[in-house]
Amino acid sequence: MNTTTDNWHEVETTARRILGDEIVAHIDQCRQTSEPQSHLIGVLHKIQAQHGYLAEAHLDAVAQLMQIPAAKVAGVASFYHYYRLQPRGRFLINICLGTACYVKGADRVAQKLIEELGIQFGETSTDGVFTLEGSRCLGTCGLAPVLMIDNEVHAQVTPDQVPVILEKYLSRVRRESHASSGPTGSLTPLRRLP
Amino acid sequence: MNSTVSDQYRALADQAERARDRQKPGEKILIQIGSATCENAAGSVDVLDEFRKHIAASGREDIVLRRTGCTGRCSREPIVGILVPGKMPVKYERVDRPLVHEIFTRHILQGEPVLARILDGPLEKLSQHEILTCQSNRCGWEGAESLQTALARRLGDLGITPDQVRITAASCFGACGLNQLGTCSHMLVRPDKVLYRVYNEDDLDEILQEHVIHGHTVDRLKVVEKTVGRKFFEMYGDVAFFNRQSRIALRHNGIIDPESIDEYFHYRGFQALSTVLSKGDPQWVIDEVTKARLRGRGGGGYPTGQKWSMAAKAAEKTRYIICNADEGDPGAFMDRSMLESDPFNVVEGMIIGGYAIGANRGFFYIRAEYPMAIRRIDGAIRQCRERGLLGKNILGSGFDFDLEIRLGAGAFVCGEETALIHSIEGERGQPRIRPPYPTESGLWGKPTVINNVETFANITAIVNYGAGWFSRIGTAASGGTKVFALAGKILHTGLVEVPMGTTLREIVYEIGGGVAGGKQLKAVQTGGPAGGCIPAKWLDTPVDFDTLAKAGSIMGSGGMIVLDEDDCAVDIARFFMTFSQDESCGKCTPCREGTTRLLEILDRITQGTGTLADLEKLERLAKLIKKSSLCGLGRAAPNPVLSTLEHFRDEYIAHVTQQRCPAKKCVALVHYEISAEKCVGCTVCARNCPVTCITGARREAHIIDQVRCIKCGRCFEVCRFDAVQRL
Ligand SMILES: Cc1cc2nc3c(=O)[nH]c(=O)nc-3n(C[C@H](O)[C@H](O)[C@H](O)COP(=O)(O)O)c2cc1C
Ligand code: SF4
Ligand code: SF4
Ligand code: SF4
Ligand code: FES
Ligand code: FES
Repeated sequence: MNTTTDNWHEVETTARRILGDEIVAHIDQCRQTSEPQSHLIGVLHKIQAQHGYLAEAHLDAVAQLMQIPAAKVAGVASFYHYYRLQPRGRFLINICLGTACYVKGADRVAQKLIEELGIQFGETSTDGVFTLEGSRCLGTCGLAPVLMIDNEVHAQVTPDQVPVILEKYLSRVRRESHASSGPTGSLTPLRRLP
Repeated sequence: MNSTVSDQYRALADQAERARDRQKPGEKILIQIGSATCENAAGSVDVLDEFRKHIAASGREDIVLRRTGCTGRCSREPIVGILVPGKMPVKYERVDRPLVHEIFTRHILQGEPVLARILDGPLEKLSQHEILTCQSNRCGWEGAESLQTALARRLGDLGITPDQVRITAASCFGACGLNQLGTCSHMLVRPDKVLYRVYNEDDLDEILQEHVIHGHTVDRLKVVEKTVGRKFFEMYGDVAFFNRQSRIALRHNGIIDPESIDEYFHYRGFQALSTVLSKGDPQWVIDEVTKARLRGRGGGGYPTGQKWSMAAKAAEKTRYIICNADEGDPGAFMDRSMLESDPFNVVEGMIIGGYAIGANRGFFYIRAEYPMAIRRIDGAIRQCRERGLLGKNILGSGFDFDLEIRLGAGAFVCGEETALIHSIEGERGQPRIRPPYPTESGLWGKPTVINNVETFANITAIVNYGAGWFSRIGTAASGGTKVFALAGKILHTGLVEVPMGTTLREIVYEIGGGVAGGKQLKAVQTGGPAGGCIPAKWLDTPVDFDTLAKAGSIMGSGGMIVLDEDDCAVDIARFFMTFSQDESCGKCTPCREGTTRLLEILDRITQGTGTLADLEKLERLAKLIKKSSLCGLGRAAPNPVLSTLEHFRDEYIAHVTQQRCPAKKCVALVHYEISAEKCVGCTVCARNCPVTCITGARREAHIIDQVRCIKCGRCFEVCRFDAVQRL
């Protein structure tokens, strides 16, 4: 598909600024295939992986570049649970709320997380370190209850272990901010796009 | 027959074998380490690292590390296998860094296995030989007693002790299809990997005298055909948990390196594809799959041969094949394990399927929650392209086929085939009314076949070992095996593959080890949010698509959650309803509104504010939703409610008439009290209570302030004197 609009150059420059070169190049590739629109879900995954969430500006840029109505892009982004429409913290905590984990006491682990972090599901702690989310099943039901922090799976978690696990990540953040010069260091997880 | 295809296949297989031989695997000590999402979660990365350091420090070049997928023994991971040439393989459980040191210094360097930490151990002593006898129904022999009993007796007569020979019950080795049924039995002697066909007691004696005592193989009775079971047992079968299974779809899991195509070739990889392409007849493949009586493993159980045949007959020539790897059913993880541990097998199954239906493009639809599975399938596709097993003119047959990966994005309904198609097309994943079925009008309006991961994983075995063999495993209605994911309150959580028709009791007790912690089994939940609870009294139900449906549940994708006396039937129904209500795509009213109303009623009941009339309402509404919803999600969502109402009605009644939860699970209906007699005043509970509502002086009985108590149960868990009571 090579249909472009008159102001294509302008559209592309803006998109490049918002999405980054790598994603624009990926969209270009998708546009060369026989069913360009079918790559929408994959494109949104790439953006979320890179930017942590899907901002309105991202969705608009995708709609323009892929020549898909903005309403449809937004519709897809909001339909699928995996997409996050709000910025996330430095670490993403995903606690499994699937059946196997539930019968092994995941609700109590979740309760402990809520208490320790002082936030509900879908929220980010005020220091911007943790975002808490629930998942349907992480596929490691045999080790239930499980929780995943970024890509690390913690197995057979008890409520008592929650503070210990969280501390491990907090100390990582402290080390990082020590390593960099400024007082808040590299920790700017809540930066929103314009 | 197309000789170009078999020549090209041989050339590729030889090339792979040479690459493997260069590492001289036969002469080396092999350390197998699991690498899969579950293994990594359990800590296998550290284990790998520790072994690497030990090998480097020892300077030995005859010790190699091999990465494998997962064996399906979740509760015992990380698992490490040690294969010393000429010795029985040994597997260790729950390996950590200190144990690596012990294994390395004692087992590998000094030849003394660490018996205390052996999988499902500890063992007193390793036997020199192990004889596995088939317990499955097609084996039989002249003797009046079973082969196993006769064997035990004869060993006793000969004065052979269990130190020398261990006897293990095994299920079908897959050798029976090659001979007359019921006239002979099969047994495998390890570590020599010799499979014998035994007709009578004289045969048995000859094997014991010649093989076990003198070490000579009895060629006369040896099974020469290559069977599925053989390779499997030589690598694997040191543990009762595995020996009771018949692993077909899982046959390579935990054995081969999932990232190496050379290794896959070594285990007859792509031989099925070569057979199919050299025959050059798609209809032959469809006939074989039909004869095998393979039924779809994704839940519906539709005959696969029939589905393929419909697509193959379509007038439209552009066709697609899709592998459904969405595995949204919480508690099921067999598809993940197969994708991560044996990706080439699934890929090969798809190429064969594509050939059978005349498709040139295939799609893997994988849920985004499975990053390692995505990586492994991506790697497998790339390696297949490099060897010309995907792309144009595969093996010189003239058949073009390629695969693409498309990702899910966390919507359970996308497992439904029409929703899945919309999702691949880049749309919101909402189902549509069928007919037309995808085989007629699917992806981009073209004929499309969608099959589950496990369905594809069985294809290569059917081609390699024969449709007749496959169909005889299992029941009259469905051939082969089914993989179940055991989770919940069971001792051995993990993956179990057994012939269709195996009873729940065998799965739960004989393989799964029964309920953990000595509690009473309450029910087995099968089929996830679309299934139901099978009560303990029905444990002798043979597991098959039709029998489970009769028991008010469904086979589903094979998730089995074991529930014990501490689980409340109403609470489980409410849990699943929360799930279905949340996952309803909202397209049709009965499902969208109906699940919300059902959930409200269930919430009321678990809160203790339900009435008897609510039970009637539940039932009526549930039946209505089942009848009038558009897709399988809505049509099956009421099943957990209906099945618990049927089998555990008394619990519902206790909730609504006495405001009592018999399992003491529903938070609103329990409270905690401290028994003044039992309390020693240790203060542990008071220090652990999150709302500090427990008072009492040291060494005096403590008291809970019922008004402020949030019923979190912490005090109950931490009291070591059983003084806190849940009432
Ligand atoms: C709500 C819903 C979810 C489903 N999820 C899955 C799934 O995760 N994996 C799967 O293979 N089939 C799933 N199915 C069944 C598929 O629609 C389809 O029947 C199946 O993939 C066909 O493959 P098979 O014939 O090999 O079983 C689901 C069906 C429904 C209604
Ligand atoms: S039954 Fe439920 S999931 Fe299926 S189409 Fe209707 S609303 Fe959507
Ligand atoms: S923990 Fe148990 S024994 Fe100790 S004070 Fe509390 S109730 Fe009493
Ligand atoms: S149940 Fe929880 S809140 Fe209530 S007394 Fe025990 S620890 Fe405190
Ligand atoms: S139910 Fe929690 S990982 Fe599957
Ligand atoms: S029934 Fe014995 S080998 Fe199959």
